Amino acid sequence: MILVVLPSHLKTLAKVSGDVQLEVQGGVTVRSVLDALEARFPMLRGTIRDQVTLERRPFLRFFACEEDLSLASPDVPLPDEVASGKEPFFIIGAIAGG
Amino acid sequence: MSGVRVLVGTRKGAFVLTADGKRERWDVSGPHFAGWEMYHVKGSPADPNRLYASQSSGWFGQLIQRSNDGGKSWEPVGNKFVYDGIPGTHMWYDDTPHPWEFKRVWHLEPSLTDPDTVYAGVEDAALFRSTDGAQTWEELSGLRKHGTGSSWQPGAGGMCLHTIILDPSHADRMYIAISAAGAFRTDDGGKTWKPINQGLRSQYIPDPDAEVGHCVHHMAMHRARPEVLFMQKHWDVMRSDNAGDLWREVSGNLPTDFGFAIDVHAHEPETIYVVPIKSDSEHFPPDGKLRVFRSKTGGNEWEALTRGLPQQDCYVNVLRDAMAVDTLDSCGVYFGTTGGQVYASADAGENWAPIVRDLPAVLSVEVQTLT
Repeated sequence: MILVVLPSHLKTLAKVSGDVQLEVQGGVTVRSVLDALEARFPMLRGTIRDQVTLERRPFLRFFACEEDLSLASPDVPLPDEVASGKEPFFIIGAIAGG
Repeated sequence: MSGVRVLVGTRKGAFVLTADGKRERWDVSGPHFAGWEMYHVKGSPADPNRLYASQSSGWFGQLIQRSNDGGKSWEPVGNKFVYDGIPGTHMWYDDTPHPWEFKRVWHLEPSLTDPDTVYAGVEDAALFRSTDGAQTWEELSGLRKHGTGSSWQPGAGGMCLHTIILDPSHADRMYIAISAAGAFRTDDGGKTWKPINQGLRSQYIPDPDAEVGHCVHHMAMHRARPEVLFMQKHWDVMRSDNAGDLWREVSGNLPTDFGFAIDVHAHEPETIYVVPIKSDSEHFPPDGKLRVFRSKTGGNEWEALTRGLPQQDCYVNVLRDAMAVDTLDSCGVYFGTTGGQVYASADAGENWAPIVRDLPAVLSVEVQTLT
């Protein structure tokens, strides 16, 4: 099981109250985690990555194990701690405003 | 028992305001989609319980929400807006080509006859249509590709298609307006389009009488006379009596002819309303007085409607989609401000009172008359 932490607005949209547990088939990468997330919560399509290009939306970042994974290839395997469910995969909205 | 439902989109959520036909006591529901920009919420004329809402955010992009129970509950529907073919470029502010990029939905216009058909006006300017209740969207690309699209430039608020008017007497006729390209009409259901900007004169563009390039802020039409259109342009209030083929200015004695909102009385096709704004660099009412101006002569002769509106120290704006009318016997007029007030008049503008005073900045106001 992969543990995914969503920003609060996306939790509301997906109608979940806490962190999301996902079953991911095959290798655990940013792409496969997001594929599984969007398959389970179709309303999140387009909110994290573009629906056509699959590029990450610019004001969102991906973190795991205290590393910023936002700029890495979406096909790079995530850390073992994420793949084993020991550590969560964070989707974080940029802090903006005054 | 008749009543009204006012659909309010704000910078931080949507609100549904309801009242009976007297329009004195209001129930306020919301915020729906708290924290999100709600550019527009509108109900289907064919099924008043079917509502569509444009929900967006700089972080999470565009969503479309649909309600089948008049706004009590909502479900996210399709949000995949993909331009037809290779999008190409339009002009940027500095006259260089700029790729067409989808940013958000400004306006949702449900079909007059089919609750599952709805049009979306988007930024960068394009028109989309759904025929399955907003699950899937298809661009009516004849508009963007009709010939002048590559020369369109954004206005200060972005290059948005913000106005969609469906002709009740001619199923295939539709009007749209884009900032800052101008107004366009189709007579074949969106396949082909023509610019309808003759008579518009914009001193601030290189060719003041250009075919396209005018910053049209909003347009309005009365159902009984669909060939007559009214327009609030960046500067100038305009009127066309021939479906947009030719426009003439009807600003008349307005204190300023800059503004955003314009609408038509539900029962009097020659009675129109605008909210004059001081200028394009000072987006607030002249002299700190919030005044709706009404013309009962289809323009040129205007009277200020002030009773119940703040007449000093008021520096709010009224945005283009933030005015609407109901169709009760005594026509109700409504508008929202960037200061978070939604004002209502149950007597065609003679007397005003705020329904709510402290919402987030109001982006849009629509009204449904319920019977």
